[in-house]
Amino acid sequence: MLKITNLHAHIDEKSILKGINLDIKAGEVHAIMGPNGSGKSTLASVIAGKEEYEVDKGEIKLEGQNIDELSVEERAHKGIFLSFQYPVEIPGVTVTNFMKTSLNETRKAKGLDDMPAKEMLKLIREKSELLEIDRKFLSRSLNQGFSGGEKKRNEIFQMAMLEPKLAILDETDSGLDIDALRIVANGVNKLKSKDNAVVIITHYQRLLDYIVPDFVHVLYNGKIVKSGSKELAFELEEKGYDWIKQEAGN
Amino acid sequence: MELKEKLVSSFIAFENQISLDNPFVHCMRTEALSRFESQGFPEKKDEAWKYTSLKKVLKEDFSVFAKTEQALEYKDVQPYFIHDIDSYKIVFVDGKYASHLSQTTHDGIDICLMSYALEKPKYRSVIENYFNKIAEQNSLTSLNTAFVNEGAYIHITKNKLVEKPIQIIHFSTGNEAALLLQPRNLIVVDENAQVQIIERHQSLTSNPTLTNCVTEIFAAKRGIIDYYKVQNDRQNASLIDSTYIDQGRESHVSVHTFSFGGKLTRNNLNFYQNGEYMDSTLKGVTIIGNKQHVDHNTLVHHIEPNCESHQDYKGIFSDSSVGVFNGKVLVDKEAQKTNAFQSNNNLLVNDKATINSKPQLEIFADDVKCSHGCTIGQLDDNAMFYLRARGIPEKEAKALLMYAFANNVLESVKIPQLKNRINKLIAKKLGVNIGFDL
Repeated sequence: MLKITNLHAHIDEKSILKGINLDIKAGEVHAIMGPNGSGKSTLASVIAGKEEYEVDKGEIKLEGQNIDELSVEERAHKGIFLSFQYPVEIPGVTVTNFMKTSLNETRKAKGLDDMPAKEMLKLIREKSELLEIDRKFLSRSLNQGFSGGEKKRNEIFQMAMLEPKLAILDETDSGLDIDALRIVANGVNKLKSKDNAVVIITHYQRLLDYIVPDFVHVLYNGKIVKSGSKELAFELEEKGYDWIKQEAGN
Repeated sequence: MELKEKLVSSFIAFENQISLDNPFVHCMRTEALSRFESQGFPEKKDEAWKYTSLKKVLKEDFSVFAKTEQALEYKDVQPYFIHDIDSYKIVFVDGKYASHLSQTTHDGIDICLMSYALEKPKYRSVIENYFNKIAEQNSLTSLNTAFVNEGAYIHITKNKLVEKPIQIIHFSTGNEAALLLQPRNLIVVDENAQVQIIERHQSLTSNPTLTNCVTEIFAAKRGIIDYYKVQNDRQNASLIDSTYIDQGRESHVSVHTFSFGGKLTRNNLNFYQNGEYMDSTLKGVTIIGNKQHVDHNTLVHHIEPNCESHQDYKGIFSDSSVGVFNGKVLVDKEAQKTNAFQSNNNLLVNDKATINSKPQLEIFADDVKCSHGCTIGQLDDNAMFYLRARGIPEKEAKALLMYAFANNVLESVKIPQLKNRINKLIAKKLGVNIGFDL
């Protein structure tokens, strides 16, 4: 699905990713953990194609195709989805109108016609129920005045609508109370299939109780310094990151 | 010959041609002409015209009136109407009334022509009470008064609620190499009466036109007026639009101005609040590019206590376009408990676009709430990334953010079909094919 080889990237002359290697296959769930400032969110942004970051070396391949030259929207059309750590508030654009535009532009890129309005409304209803989103919520301005939990549920709702091949959940658990966490995790689990893959970026092990990863990677100082099974997440929860830092220092 | 000389020298011929025998109006015309003659066209040295120069516009060799009449078929001009609603229509072609495109009435209310009102004795008292009473004495408005002849005359009598909107449309056909138009509208809304009006000036060819339009509006006690100006003219069409509004106690008047096109557009919009407990709303969306120029010059004069005014102007400027906002709020000493709000927000889409924003507050009362704010910014990079990461291409994402930026002005448009049309005009102006409304 996604293969990252020796990826180096910087922003504003500051080197952040210093040789990332990652191989994610369809049907897998990968967790990327690490202390603050280790480069987790940067990795997510670079995969999504954010232009402020510059890739110096290495490559990212999606289903065998190098995506370095693709724009943000082209990557989205190819099935990369980034759930934002801080979803942007956009007053004046309703959730429904945004979703409609997003889905139809994605269809257009695939040579499909706009989804008929009736079908669209049905899909929106179905997917919003999955995330236990209130109907009134859909006619509100995108993320404006949403609570932390509402924002994250809205992100996963968008994921449900777009059915991406690769979903990257960037700190989706931050700011969630236990109920919202359960709803979000439940949504992600229902969307998981043998044909897609999920990358969970998180600081804590909490979300991983609900979405069980096949692999856990520890990112530190721009590199993956340790990979393992889900037990690694428990170990990190218990011992913190200091031993990782020490090991990496040696 | 310079345009000014041409106008002055054609005045006698003009008055002879229209053969109107009304000494009251004749007197006003003559006085107005001499004011124009002494003041001339405004220049950049005039404070109110500091950022807008008429020089380039005035150098065209304008015909002062159309020599021949040009017939238009409804099907050819239908797109310029809001055609999916039932409405009254007052339509002019090259300054002449086009009866076959119009739908007027004298049934309890008058929705008809200025020429008719100026001529018929039964309108004399209204004309003498209202005509040219609140229009400023400046050169351009005086020029319009000197050549007053045609336009819309609307009189809504006490307690009447006009159920369909009125569309006032001025077409210019390009039959003249260059044409100067000077429509004059008078709108009188009596006590407790209500009306919605849509006004548009539309050139049909690339021949230059200059429209110097003056509208006087009177809203009596508890009168309600919603006025919409749709400005989406061709690249060689320029408009100087001066609207003067006198409001009585407990009245509500709103003016929305949508400026998406034309070469040079100057909107002078003046509100005079003569009474207590009323509100005035001034809203505008400007979206221009190329070398287009749009200037909003507003005045709200709070004369009596306990009134409100709300101003909200949004501007989006790309290419080498120029925007001007000059908004003045004047609160008299007697106008205690005034609430006056003004906001002017602008997006500059590239480096060459310019906005000159000048809010002015002159407050002589001591117990008032007045605020003004002006912002000039660019599209938010994070918002752009967010939309694009959801598969919305750059151009469409920009358009969506621009639409969102202007959206709160559109929300207060009370005619759904008009709102829908404005949405489509915005999508077209931004070069995208996405629906903004759902």
